Amino acid sequence: MIPAKFSYVRPESLDEAVQALDGAGEDTKVLAGGQSLLPLLRLRLAYPEAIVDLTRLGELRGVRDEGGHLWIGSGTTHHELIRDPLVRQHAGLLAQTAATVADPAVRHRGTLGGSLAHADPAADLPATVLTLDGELVVRGPGGERTIPASSFFVDYLTSVLRPAEILTGIRIPKTWGGWNFHYEKFCRTAQSWAIVGVAAAVRRSDGAVAEARLGLTNMGSTPLRAQAVEAAVQSSAPGSHDALRAAAASADDGTSPPSDLHGQADYRRHLVRVLTARALITASRL
Amino acid sequence: MPRVRTTVDGVTYEGEVEARLLLTHYLRDRLGKVGTPIGCDTSNCGACTVLLDGMSVKSCTMLAVQADGSEITTIEGLDGQAAASANGEAAGHPVQKAFREFHALQCGYCTPGMIMAAVDLLRDNPDPSDTEIREGLEGNLCRCTGYVNIVRAVQSAAAELRGTPS
Repeated sequence: MIPAKFSYVRPESLDEAVQALDGAGEDTKVLAGGQSLLPLLRLRLAYPEAIVDLTRLGELRGVRDEGGHLWIGSGTTHHELIRDPLVRQHAGLLAQTAATVADPAVRHRGTLGGSLAHADPAADLPATVLTLDGELVVRGPGGERTIPASSFFVDYLTSVLRPAEILTGIRIPKTWGGWNFHYEKFCRTAQSWAIVGVAAAVRRSDGAVAEARLGLTNMGSTPLRAQAVEAAVQSSAPGSHDALRAAAASADDGTSPPSDLHGQADYRRHLVRVLTARALITASRL
Repeated sequence: MPRVRTTVDGVTYEGEVEARLLLTHYLRDRLGKVGTPIGCDTSNCGACTVLLDGMSVKSCTMLAVQADGSEITTIEGLDGQAAASANGEAAGHPVQKAFREFHALQCGYCTPGMIMAAVDLLRDNPDPSDTEIREGLEGNLCRCTGYVNIVRAVQSAAAELRGTPS
C-alpha cells in the first residue's frame, strides 16, 4: 500500500534534528533505518503528520572506545554491528544478536538505535543491550541525559524517550572481557521475529559457571532479565549441563508472555526454560 | 516537494517526488524499471530487492527521498550491456546466466530479487557454502522451486566469478 501523506524533514545536524522535533507536533515520527517504520506506514498502522529523517546524520554513526565503555552510535546498522572489530571485542553478544535480526537486506538498513527506540518486545537487540548493562544516551531540547537500559523500556512499543528527544548512542561497559556469550532465538521461519529469544552472558571460574546474565525477548511487554536464573547460577555455581538446566527452570519467573498466533503464553513459558538452558550451555562452553 | 537525484542503472535522474513515494514505486512508475516487481508489500519476500550503493535493500521498505544522492542497480542494469552476443546467446551477468542454466526458477516472480540478493551475497562472500547461500538468501522467498536449483545456480555463478568454473 501507499503510506498516508506526511511532511518530510532531513536535518543536516543533530541540533537541527532536535529543533525540528521540538517545533513539530506530537504526531511526528523519527525515521532511522526505517525497517519497522516503513512497514507500519505502508500498512497505515502509523500515519504521522511529519517525519524527521536521521539517516544522514554522521554524528549518530560509528563506534568509539571511550575508556571505560564503548560508545556505539544509534545510527549504526545491524550489518555494521556484526562486523565492527570493537563491538566484536568488547560486546560480542551484540554482534552475535545482530546477525539473527531479519535478513541481510534488512540488516543493511536497520539500526541499533531504531530497534531500541521502537521498543518492540519481540525485537532481539533490546534484550541484549539490557543483558550487557547498556546505557542509552539521548539528546533533547534541554540537553543530554543517560538512561540505563533497565529503566528505558516502559511498555509495549513505549520507552521513556520524550517526543523531542533523540537516542544518539549506546554505551556498553568494557567489563565483559572474561565472559562468553550466546543468543538463542526460536522463530517459525528464518527471517521472522523471535517467538522467544534468550541473550546469555556467562563467566566461568574453576570449571563451573560463576555468574550469568540473561535477557529475555518477547516474554512480556518489555525486554526482561531472568533474575531468578541469575541468582540460581550465582548460588549453585553449576558445573554440568544438568545443573545449568536445573538453574534455567526458573526462567519464566516474573514474566508475563503474550499469547498470539505464534504461541500461547504457557508455550512461551515452556520455551523460555528450554532456550535459557540451551543459551547457558552454549555460552558456558562446558 | 522534495527533490531527488539518483543514478539508476547508470543513468542519472532528477526530479521532485512526494515524500511518501516508496523507492519501489519510484523505480517502477516514474522510471519504468518494471523489472523490479512488488511481491508481498510487507517487507518479507524480497522480490523488490535492488542494490543501493552496492548493498541489497528491499525497495518497498525505503522512501524514494532516502535514495537521494545514491547509486541504484536494478535487475535491468545488472549486466552493463544487455544486448545479445554475436552467436545469438543472450548475454547477462554470471548470476543471471547461472539461474537460466540451472533452471533456478519456475514462475519467475521472485527471480529479480533473488538474483540481486545473490549478487550482494557473492560480493561479500565469493566462495560460500550451501548453508551460507541459504542464509544469505533468507530474505528472499520462492514459492516454487524449493530453493535447490537456486543454491546450485549461485554456486555455479560463484565459481565463474572466481574464475574457477565448476
